[in-house]
Amino acid sequence: MTPTLELRDVTKVYSGGLFKRRSTVALEKNYISVGGEHPTIVAIAGESGSGKTTMGMLMLGFIEPTSGQVLYKGQDLWALPKPAWTEFRREVQAIFQDPFEVYNPFYKVDHVLMVPIRKFGLAHTRAQEHDLIERALTSVGLRPDETLGRYPHQLSGGQRQRITVARALLLDPKVIIADEPVSMIDASLRATVLKSLRLLRDEAGISILYITHDLATAYHICDEIMVLYQGTVAEAGDVDSVIQAPKHPYTQLLVGSIPWPDPKRKWGQDAVLTQADVFHVETKGCKFAPRCARAMDICRESPPPLFQTEAGRAVTCYLYKDAPVLDGSEIGKVLGQNGRGAAEATRDGVVPKPGVPQVGLPG
Amino acid sequence: MSAPILSVQDLRVYYYTEAGAVKAVDGVTLDVARGMKMGLVGESGCGKSTMAMAFMRLIKPPGRIESGQVVLDGTDLVPLSEDRMRRVRLNEISLIPQGAMNSLNPVARVRKQIIDGIQDHNGRFSRAELNDRVEEVLEAVDLRPEVADMFPHELSGGMKQRVCVAIAISMRPKVIIADEPTSALDVVVQRQVMETIQRLQQELGISMILIGHDMGLMAQSIEHLAVMYSGRLAELAEVNAIFEEPLHPYTQLLISTLPVLGAKGVFRGIPGITPSLLSPPPGCLFHPRCPQAQEICQHKVPTWQEIRPGRWVACHKYEV
Repeated sequence: MTPTLELRDVTKVYSGGLFKRRSTVALEKNYISVGGEHPTIVAIAGESGSGKTTMGMLMLGFIEPTSGQVLYKGQDLWALPKPAWTEFRREVQAIFQDPFEVYNPFYKVDHVLMVPIRKFGLAHTRAQEHDLIERALTSVGLRPDETLGRYPHQLSGGQRQRITVARALLLDPKVIIADEPVSMIDASLRATVLKSLRLLRDEAGISILYITHDLATAYHICDEIMVLYQGTVAEAGDVDSVIQAPKHPYTQLLVGSIPWPDPKRKWGQDAVLTQADVFHVETKGCKFAPRCARAMDICRESPPPLFQTEAGRAVTCYLYKDAPVLDGSEIGKVLGQNGRGAAEATRDGVVPKPGVPQVGLPG
Repeated sequence: MSAPILSVQDLRVYYYTEAGAVKAVDGVTLDVARGMKMGLVGESGCGKSTMAMAFMRLIKPPGRIESGQVVLDGTDLVPLSEDRMRRVRLNEISLIPQGAMNSLNPVARVRKQIIDGIQDHNGRFSRAELNDRVEEVLEAVDLRPEVADMFPHELSGGMKQRVCVAIAISMRPKVIIADEPTSALDVVVQRQVMETIQRLQQELGISMILIGHDMGLMAQSIEHLAVMYSGRLAELAEVNAIFEEPLHPYTQLLISTLPVLGAKGVFRGIPGITPSLLSPPPGCLFHPRCPQAQEICQHKVPTWQEIRPGRWVACHKYEV
């Protein structure tokens, strides 16, 4: 089956600077596909400057790749005829970081739900329109009577973000690109938004690209993960194994820096180098080598290829140089492996800690 | 035990709006011991940032410190004249504000911004002394001396945040208040900045109040945790104790919503939304959302009390 969206050998270079011509490679020779046979949630993780937001923007058709192709159902996105482009705009939806900025504070929240219905002619009567809105809100766990007719400032961040999820849902999309959807929401309300994203996959069969720097939430809702470092893939595979046993030194650093909410699980004692510390270093080898405690001579000589360390796992690091080498285009072999089936088993059967009352979601 | 460095007694901060008085901080009492790292968590709008501003005496109209005391090392800051307060700020208590990295002046070099703070709050130093101090504080936050002559846009987010930390410690205050100092940073940078703040806190023996809503960051960096809900404190204890055995139903819910490694894919939120501070519910402010609410919670405000040594809670469950 042709995936809904695919990046094929995509490179994006931003060039600019008024006086000095500077160009930054945001994304380099990337391959990824979303929206295959089984709906999955794929995390794109990395620090600022890793190219993760660029990847989302490319997939949403907001920016054009410098080289390579963005394919929508196998066709080049930038050569689509008008009707197909409209179809693309309906089938691929976005959820953004700031759940306040997407609203016009002078309109009631109904407005943000009404616009797509009218734009795409989804309803013929007022009653139909209302019905669609109510259904979308209910499916993200909101009570229509508690949300409709209100202004954005009267709702919590979690509620506002769930309305944007409902808005995406209205159009019956195949793929949702969610760029840091919970990073601006209070920790206590994040769960509600994450849960509704999970419902989209399970109930509506929507695949989600979850762009984030927060590995803890990625771990909780995603099936697969791709870790980017300065525009290239550092590690990709099943989210459980990547987070629980990271292989690439960069992923290890990221996982080691997660502030787990557990006073007994402290940050490691190893020295931490950030991007800024090594900013001036140019390298022709592995981009992470200047920050890497385990860098070898070869790492500074040539960039490492993708090594398939096990089924459903690939790491761009010479530490695993005995493993078979994968071509960049073969990353699908890794990410396709751990579809919904694998995640299903761990999804529900977890018993809450005793002594802590279990509470359902509102609505 | 020596006297606390900061002692807050029944502090109330109200904002007077056309619709009525918003009780953003409504009777908060707490002590911060010398050299202690205290965390303050709560949802957006619970009054935690207002409290930080009140400690700095930076509440602007229509807000006002209604009553209460903020005693810093023996001196109550609330009745101080603006002139004297100005000398207390930065010298004795300093703030790393929320989104601090955006608070730097984009058209001034880092050196000037650090010197500005020192001169404004302390007065006379020679040029050489000031430059020495700039170098010293930059080194303390792990920045190269060249940074002094750079503009904020030349620095990364983490570096800008370090500059703000450098300004905050430039006069070696007794207390630092850090209001979400790392909320806009990546995990790796966040960890690095927090580690710098903690190291300084230890080396200089500064007491720190870390404000935020990220329980993960709290678990990593503080010793005592205060949980705030709608302008009042719900619970205060040593951080391990709170994570192991949360007493207040709100804290229990807060901890049960946290993502932990073991329980993948379990999502719990806290039902309901925070009450409007304009027309708060009678009794305990949490009772409309509380799964353990009793009849008394609807009309009587629970007392803030120390039910065991070091464990403070405001809940009828623990009142005798």
